[in-house]
Amino acid sequence: MLELSNITAGYERGKPVVRDVSLAVSRGEAVGLLGPSGCGKSTLARVAALLHRPDAGTVVLDGTTVTDYRHRAPRALRTTVGVVFQSPRLSADPRLRLRDLIAEPLKATGRRIEIRERVDELARAVGLGGDLLTRSVHEVSDGQLQRACLARALVLRPRLLICDEMTAMLDASTTAALVAAVENYRRETQASLLAVGHDQVLLDRWCDRTVSWDVPPPA
Amino acid sequence: MADARQSPLQKVLGRSTRTLRVRASVIIMAVVVLAVVLVPPLAQLDQQAVDLAQKLRPPSWAHPFGTDDVGRDLLLRCVYGLRVSLMVGAVAALAATLIGTAVGAAAGAFGGWTDRVVMRLVDTCSSVPHLLLGIFVVAMFRPGVWPVVASVALTHWLSTARIVRSEILSLRSRPFIDAAISGGASRWRVTVRHLLPGVVPQAGLAAVLMVPHAMWHESALSFLGLGLPAHQASLGNLVQSARGSLLAGDWWPTLFPGLLLILPTLAIAGLVGAWRERLSPRRRSELML
Repeated sequence: MLELSNITAGYERGKPVVRDVSLAVSRGEAVGLLGPSGCGKSTLARVAALLHRPDAGTVVLDGTTVTDYRHRAPRALRTTVGVVFQSPRLSADPRLRLRDLIAEPLKATGRRIEIRERVDELARAVGLGGDLLTRSVHEVSDGQLQRACLARALVLRPRLLICDEMTAMLDASTTAALVAAVENYRRETQASLLAVGHDQVLLDRWCDRTVSWDVPPPA
Repeated sequence: MADARQSPLQKVLGRSTRTLRVRASVIIMAVVVLAVVLVPPLAQLDQQAVDLAQKLRPPSWAHPFGTDDVGRDLLLRCVYGLRVSLMVGAVAALAATLIGTAVGAAAGAFGGWTDRVVMRLVDTCSSVPHLLLGIFVVAMFRPGVWPVVASVALTHWLSTARIVRSEILSLRSRPFIDAAISGGASRWRVTVRHLLPGVVPQAGLAAVLMVPHAMWHESALSFLGLGLPAHQASLGNLVQSARGSLLAGDWWPTLFPGLLLILPTLAIAGLVGAWRERLSPRRRSELML
């Protein structure tokens, strides 16, 4: 499903954050990526989600070798991957209501007809009930917002879900609910999962295998 | 005691200078706007009425601002002049902001080479004095309102473009933009739906601050005889035609148009300052001009 080979990536020329890393996730597999803060796991997740162009190395996604990133990547390839970020506050456009936030990818890809049905279905799946869908981003808690962000990531039925420290800022019950929602989705669709985190207990229980990344942070 | 931190002005007036500044600004702007909007249609007086027997009369009850060198009532002339100047200022500021936002957004959203080329062009343009560029633009057309508007709009969009670009660059690196891209949004959609709405407050602020700039530019052009046609009352034209009588010791034809140029400028600056303080209370605002 996803093959990252010899990836070197960074934000400044000559100062790579990720050096020569390889990682593979096969179809239907759940892989946990475990590493200390600052080791570059989020950067690797961004490369895998086609959001950051690596300086070297190849990305093969769903059998296609990726040549372009961000807007230049073909839309069909980009939407194969769903991403959930660490901070729900920063990853939600502050002007939107939760319903629009979840529906945003459907609008962006011209599938407005599906909005009503799909948003309600996903809201149930991630446990957003009551009037929450009509509230603005600043009117809900972090946990509720992260549920909406997960729903947004799932709305286009991605075949690979990347959770970059998805539960790092949440309490235990919300963490359990979100992980359960991800697992239900994967059981239905056989989607793959790349879960990035620093919580070994969680990743060991959640994923089929956990890759430990023991590189010291760059000095 | 709290008195220790009060300025002498505050002691005299018994309240904070900030409230006072905001109130004064609101009152000035209200008077100016009401005068400009209501006087011409309500008062059926001819601002061009010449009365040579009454020429160069100092301020009196009959003519509160005095009369000019052909006996026209200066209060009426000033109101009409302010009307033209404010109109030119507002339209030109709006146009300049639109141009600046479009250029800044394009540079910020595309990034890379587009950004570098566009911003170097902006730097080049802003290295030439505004007035000189503005004179170039008006010189290409017959004198009138629209060439002046074009002259202001084409020379004053640079600062807005810089502000909008830097705002967009900082918004662009936020995770919610990554999320939108991952959700299949096109570059156009990301710019129009997610980036531009985020810069509206800054662009609005820049537009309001641009109004006095544009008024001053119009007045400067008119004063140099390059702006509005000389017979049309505008603040610049009024000051220009009063120049001769100033040497003879007649101060009122210069003072009142000059005051009407300065007071709305200060009032707008005061209002914008209060607005900025509300947006970010920790930053003490100074008069921004």
